[in-house]
Order: sequence, then C-alpha cells, then structure tokens
Amino acid sequence: MTLREQWIAFLTIVRKEVRRFMRIWMQTLLPPAITMTLYFVIFGTLIGSRIGEMGGFSYIQFVVPGLVMMAVVTNSYANVVSSFYGAKFQRFIEEILVSPMSNSIVLWGYIVGGVARGLLVGLIVTLLSLFFTELHIHNLWIMIAIVALTSVFFSLAGFINAVFANSFDDVSIVPVFVLTPLTYLGGVFYSIDMLSDFWAGMSKLNPMLYIVNAFRYGILGVSDVNVVWAFAMILCFTAAAYVYCMYLLANSKRLRQ
Amino acid sequence: MTKALSIRGLRKTYDNGFEALKGIDLDVSQGDFYALLGPNGAGKSTTISIICSLVKKTAGDVHVFGKSISDEPAEAKKFIGLVPQEFNFSNFESLWDIVRNQAGYYGLPRKLAEERTEKYLKKLGLWEKRHDAARMLSGGMKRRLMIARALVHEPKLLILDEPTAGVDIELRRSMWDFLREINAQGITIILTTHYLEEAESLCRHIGIIDQGHIVEDTNMKVLLKRLQKEVFIFDVAGELPDDVTVEGFDARRVDEHSFELTIDKSLSLNTVFERLTQAGLQITSMRNKANRLEELFVGLLAKGGDTQ
Repeated sequence: MTLREQWIAFLTIVRKEVRRFMRIWMQTLLPPAITMTLYFVIFGTLIGSRIGEMGGFSYIQFVVPGLVMMAVVTNSYANVVSSFYGAKFQRFIEEILVSPMSNSIVLWGYIVGGVARGLLVGLIVTLLSLFFTELHIHNLWIMIAIVALTSVFFSLAGFINAVFANSFDDVSIVPVFVLTPLTYLGGVFYSIDMLSDFWAGMSKLNPMLYIVNAFRYGILGVSDVNVVWAFAMILCFTAAAYVYCMYLLANSKRLRQ
Repeated sequence: MTKALSIRGLRKTYDNGFEALKGIDLDVSQGDFYALLGPNGAGKSTTISIICSLVKKTAGDVHVFGKSISDEPAEAKKFIGLVPQEFNFSNFESLWDIVRNQAGYYGLPRKLAEERTEKYLKKLGLWEKRHDAARMLSGGMKRRLMIARALVHEPKLLILDEPTAGVDIELRRSMWDFLREINAQGITIILTTHYLEEAESLCRHIGIIDQGHIVEDTNMKVLLKRLQKEVFIFDVAGELPDDVTVEGFDARRVDEHSFELTIDKSLSLNTVFERLTQAGLQITSMRNKANRLEELFVGLLAKGGDTQ
C-alpha cells in the first residue's frame, strides 16, 4: 500500500472507533461524568471540607488531577479492550485481517480510538470539576504530555487484554481487579507522605502513583515522586507494550491460527 | 499467463496436532470459475483461510496473481475478495458503514469508496436498507452484504465459501446469475459449496479435496464424462409386480408405481425403452435419481478413502 492508502486505512479505523463510542455515549461518556461528579461532591465538598489542606491545596484541588487521570486511564483501556474483543467475538476483526493494512496501522488506529475516548472523558471530567473548584495549570506541556502518554499506554494494555480474552468476563477482570485497586492506592485521594515508610515504599512499586503524581505536578506543581523519573518509567512501559502488541498482531494464534 | 492462484506443497497442522492439509498443489487460471469441493473437515476452509491470511500455513507457497502471500502480503491481499462461510460483520453498524469502511481498509479515497459502496449495495439489492443495522437483515440479505463488502475494492479473485448455504432457491438462482455476470467481466471466482448442482451449473473447473489431499483437479466436462453409469427412476401406469425384470438391466422396485434402473451411458435411451416395452411396462415419467456430479463426488471420496 502507498503511504496515502495507509493513511486512509488508518483514518477509517479511527473514524469507526470514534463513531462507535459516540454512538453508545450513554455507556461510554455519561457514566464517568456521573461517577466523577459524585466523587467531587462526596470527597471534594462534603468530606473534603473537613479534611482541610493536602500538599498545600484544598482537598478537592488535590484530588481533581487524580480523578481526571483515573477517568482517562479506565476509558482508554475500556475503549480498546471492548472494541477489539467485540470485533474478535463477532469475527469482524477478519475484515481488517484480510485487508492489506500493515499491523502498525491497525494498532495505531485502535490506540488513537482509545486515546480519543480517554481524552474526551478527561476533558468532560475536568470541565465538571470547575463547578466545584478552581484549577490553575502549573505546566501545560507536562500535563498534556503525561495524559497523552498514559492514554496511549492504557490503550495498548487494553489491546493486550482483548487479544487474550476468551469471554466478556475476561474483558472486565483487569479493570476491576487490577486497574481500580492500583488507581485507588496510587495516591489519587492522598499523599504518600501520610503513609508509614513501609507503605510509602510499597506505593512506589505502583505505576499509577507515578502517573497520578506527574499529572498532578502538571496542574498543581506538587508531586510525591520525581517527575522526570515518572516520565521515563511511563515511556519505557509504553514502548514495551507497543512492541508486545506488534508481536501479538504478527504472531498470536488467538488472531490467526 | 500468470495464474490467478498457485498453491504448492501447502501444509497445515494445527496446534492440537490435526493435519488439515497434507501438501496440496492447486492452480486456478485467470478468469476461471473454480469449484473447490469436499466433505466437512476436508480442508476447504483451511485452504481459503490460508490464502486470505486468516490462518498461518505450516509449509508451502501460495501466490495470488504472482504475488506471494508470505513475501508480498499487502500486494497479494489487494487482489482478493473474501465471502466467508459465517457472518463476520458488526451487527450494530449500518450496511453503508460496513461496506464503506471495508473500502477504507483497502485505502480507497473517500469519493471513490462512497461511489463503490453505492454501486455494490445497489447491485446486490441492498440500497434501500443502507441505513439499517446489519442485525436487522434476513439471512439472504446478510449473505449479499458480505458479497458487496468483498467486491467494494474490486478484487481480481473472489473467493466464496459456501455463499448460498441456507439461502432459498429463488435467491440462490439470482446469486448464481450475479456470479456468472461478474465472472464474465473477468473476475476469477473460487467457490466452495455443498450444493453439487451449484458447482455443476456454475464452474468450469473443479478440485475435490478430502482428508487434506487434492483427490481430483480437472475440467468439469472431463470429469462428468467419466461418469459411466446413471440411475434413473421410472414411474409406471398400474401396479408393479414384486419382482421387476427388464432384460439386460439391473432393475429394482422402489414402490408399487416406480422402479429404478442402472443404465450404461454408452447405451441409447431408445434401446432402453424398447426393453421396457418388451417387459410390458407403461412408463408415465422418468427422472435422474441423483445429481451426476454427486455420484462422481461420492465415488471419488470412496476411492480416496480406500487408498489411505
């Protein structure tokens, strides 16, 4: 295929993915908006007002970056895992496998679809948070870079889950039993300064801690971890996940026997 | 001239150890209408899936219009349009989106993709349904949708894996006409089917695959000429005796008003009727007991089974 043909094929997947999550917006866009609004009301306004400051900011200002990132992570992941597994389940993944598209175009098409949903939900949640607090952006470029990179990484992770999933139950196992606990324990609602040395050390093994804190640094200018180190880690994880996804597309017997 | 499809030494062993293809060779000429027949599990769908890159081969070479599916997969895939056996489209997408997206996957520019989508949805009688979700279609319409989708990038080789399975007779006939029409326009067609009448009616060449081997690969006319004997069923006026006897023939009573007769193809029907008259039988009608190709097919498979 020529470069132009590859570009057209890529745009076709992206358009299809975006139309898919926009078509079912009641399942994809509305639930995170409602859930995060409840978080803002309960943790931010009701409980947060009694907690006082954290990291030099009001509690709601402290939790907003983590909640936005939580929405980006879960939605980027959910978009790719449900879309790609759905295509596998109904066998219309064959439409793509028989076409002359390269594997990288297929993968990037799904990644951009996941990133589009992750960022759109992130934007919706951010706009909703403005009803509860003021946000001042400390470093726009760090904020954009970390949210984009995180979204790409979790889209890739969703793709890996989709390739290995044998049922719709398998699609929800990772978000429920891995992503949610890691996010909750990743410093969304607290600073690890509040923990004992042992648990603070344990928390540093959680990749979500670096993602949440790097994003919080972009908005508030405070972080429990070194931001450069956080970027390096996310970049390494993303590169490794990308290479593995390409390997799966080329070799996995779950796609081509 | 370059073959539309050339297969050499194709083998496929699945992870569970099942050897689906045991080294098949196959050639399909450009413009041909080729039937690939075989019983369930013979290796037809595996062969097709390997050609279309849905299954990985264990060994062997496959070339489509001279392009290797291993070395130049993108170029080879551009030549192929696949109509699979099972429905494989999103039930929630509209017909327009399904066909239009497929054009996009092949890199067709927007305007051309939309023109082609309109052209093939109209040709397959689906234009009025273009905004409907695919799940709303009848079985026959779903089959036609898959044909429209396979044709939207205008492939030179169209592969149809049992395209008329579960389709009513009227629709099947109209699909035959459509396939004849596109074959006449130069598209090479490979068809697998369980309806042997379909293969006999449409195809010029035939390959029979059984237990991973090609047991026959020849011209349809040549194959049918090999049929030495045919069985006819005769209906008679009045009641037949328990023991039907026709001099020089093997006759078997079917019921009180009909019997079957095995007739050598070298014998003229005039001779047959003379003998029937001598036997005092008043024939009111006659018909072929089985499809001619079906008889050959069963015979070839039985022969293949004996030798393995």
